[in-house]
Amino acid sequence: MAIADNKTEKPEGWNRPPVMEPDGEGELLEVAMGPHHPSTHGVFRMDVALDGERVIRLKPVFGYLHRNHEKLAEGMSYLGSMPFTDRLDYICPLTNNWAYALAVEKLTGQEVPERAEYLRVILGELTRFQNHASSIGFLIQEMGASGTPLMYAFREREKILDLFEALTGARMMVNYMRFGGCRVDASAAWLDAARKVVAGLPGFVDEMDRLLSKNEILMARTQGIGILRPELAVNAGVTGPMLRASGVNYDIRKVDGYGIYNRFNFRVPLGDHWDVYDRYMIRLLEMRESMKILEQALKDIPAGPVMDPKAKIRGFRPKPGEAYGRIEAPKGELGFYLISDGGPNPYRYRIRPPSLINLTVLEDMALGENVADVVLIFGSVDIVLGEVDR
Amino acid sequence: MLGEGILKGMAETAKNFFGSYFSAERLTTVQYPEERIAPIEATRDFPFLVYDGADWEAGLRCVACQICEKECPPKCIYIEKSADKKPDYVGKPQFYPAKFDIDISVCMSCQICVEVCPFEAIKMDTEFELSTPDRFGGLLLDRKQLAKPNEHYHKIHPTEAAQVDARLAEGKAKADTRQTNAAIAAAVKGAEIPARPPAGGD
Repeated sequence: MAIADNKTEKPEGWNRPPVMEPDGEGELLEVAMGPHHPSTHGVFRMDVALDGERVIRLKPVFGYLHRNHEKLAEGMSYLGSMPFTDRLDYICPLTNNWAYALAVEKLTGQEVPERAEYLRVILGELTRFQNHASSIGFLIQEMGASGTPLMYAFREREKILDLFEALTGARMMVNYMRFGGCRVDASAAWLDAARKVVAGLPGFVDEMDRLLSKNEILMARTQGIGILRPELAVNAGVTGPMLRASGVNYDIRKVDGYGIYNRFNFRVPLGDHWDVYDRYMIRLLEMRESMKILEQALKDIPAGPVMDPKAKIRGFRPKPGEAYGRIEAPKGELGFYLISDGGPNPYRYRIRPPSLINLTVLEDMALGENVADVVLIFGSVDIVLGEVDR
Repeated sequence: MLGEGILKGMAETAKNFFGSYFSAERLTTVQYPEERIAPIEATRDFPFLVYDGADWEAGLRCVACQICEKECPPKCIYIEKSADKKPDYVGKPQFYPAKFDIDISVCMSCQICVEVCPFEAIKMDTEFELSTPDRFGGLLLDRKQLAKPNEHYHKIHPTEAAQVDARLAEGKAKADTRQTNAAIAAAVKGAEIPARPPAGGD
């Protein structure tokens, strides 16, 4: 990639709000899209200025779902924040748990047993799979295909959520990972059930592929729309499938190799048109790579404990210091930054949410496009407002 | 050919649609509330208090240590410690909760109370049809409403309950041994032991 070479060269329009010139005929129409439900992601408003059908300005307005999570966490024990992390990106609670557990483990220097690492990978990849499946469903829903692909995605997601429920006790608000391992062990029956579900996943991806990928309407609506140039993506801090769809090879599972990801054989798909269709395709391909990881992890999972025997879940006081734990969440880089002053609760608790940072390039992608495509571009960012507003 | 992709996609939809008439696997929904899917054993929603025996008040395992009250992230538990003590399952006198309220409109079912409880006194229920027209009183459960017998726990989470019972029996056995040992020691100490005649001779 040529990004590394011209890092100092600032791309045009990198730090100013991009302005589209109206054609001078007629007046601008200002439309507030939302905040009730611009699509299927949550409470979010886009203030759009239109010249005819063309978008001239776009101002994203968020904060409708602000829940004061970061400040609450500063007054709460380390364990107490764990259930709240489920509610950040409620489509994929297990990766949120993982990122937070990773940050605290870095802070306290706890070790994670082998079996717990494997369980984390299995659950993380199942989460990625169901997130990408439903995200494709939402994207197609935003295009106007009301129901069918979304319901197919939800049918598959339901099987995965049943697995989560059988292991963790809840479908979405799992509260499963702990500092130094996982809360409960997976039984042999659960692993068999997981293998059965994973064996059925390729059929679903193929079905989705046949149903959508060559659909002329989908191609006409998404190809060449919402282009995000790699220079801008890197400078704006965009991560996850969005960044890889812009052709930048950056996957934290490969770069950091956190957990045990360096043991698995998988590839990182990259886009070369940088448009909405690429983002759709990247998610489809990532689902296939997730299945590969799942098969390897379910084959190799060793026996043993799932909790560090020295780990304390309550009443511990980490040494003063700071730690940043980051993982490749389905939506991008999810990081937790913690500062400890030696007390029982964090002095500072900060989340780097992929959804919010990926959303900052929305205006750049939407300028000059038709108003009907704005919702589509918004959908291709794949955000959850619980994480944007926290 | 233009439209080929659409037609192929439609074939997938048709396969799913007609398949639902022949294969039960393609029928993924049930008609709730007439039909219900089998409950999953690990499922949890709101906490309840376990009691042993027939009398809920005497059998409550809770000793009002208030750890769950402190650890509860949304602070939905309210406990008042009793003034007097009652014997617990091993016969040791312990405090008991004079008041134990959980506001399940605030509870977020995280089960941290279950995890931190050292007395196996609070567990997660699976009852989810709890809607009520009374917004305040109806969702604030007191200790009488929260108390459920150990048999109920065995019914909803059999594997987990068996493990808990084994742990408790172990604890009881240990306590019994300790008690017996203490009794023996006390008996030995209290008993009149005849002084041994000084060794040797004159």
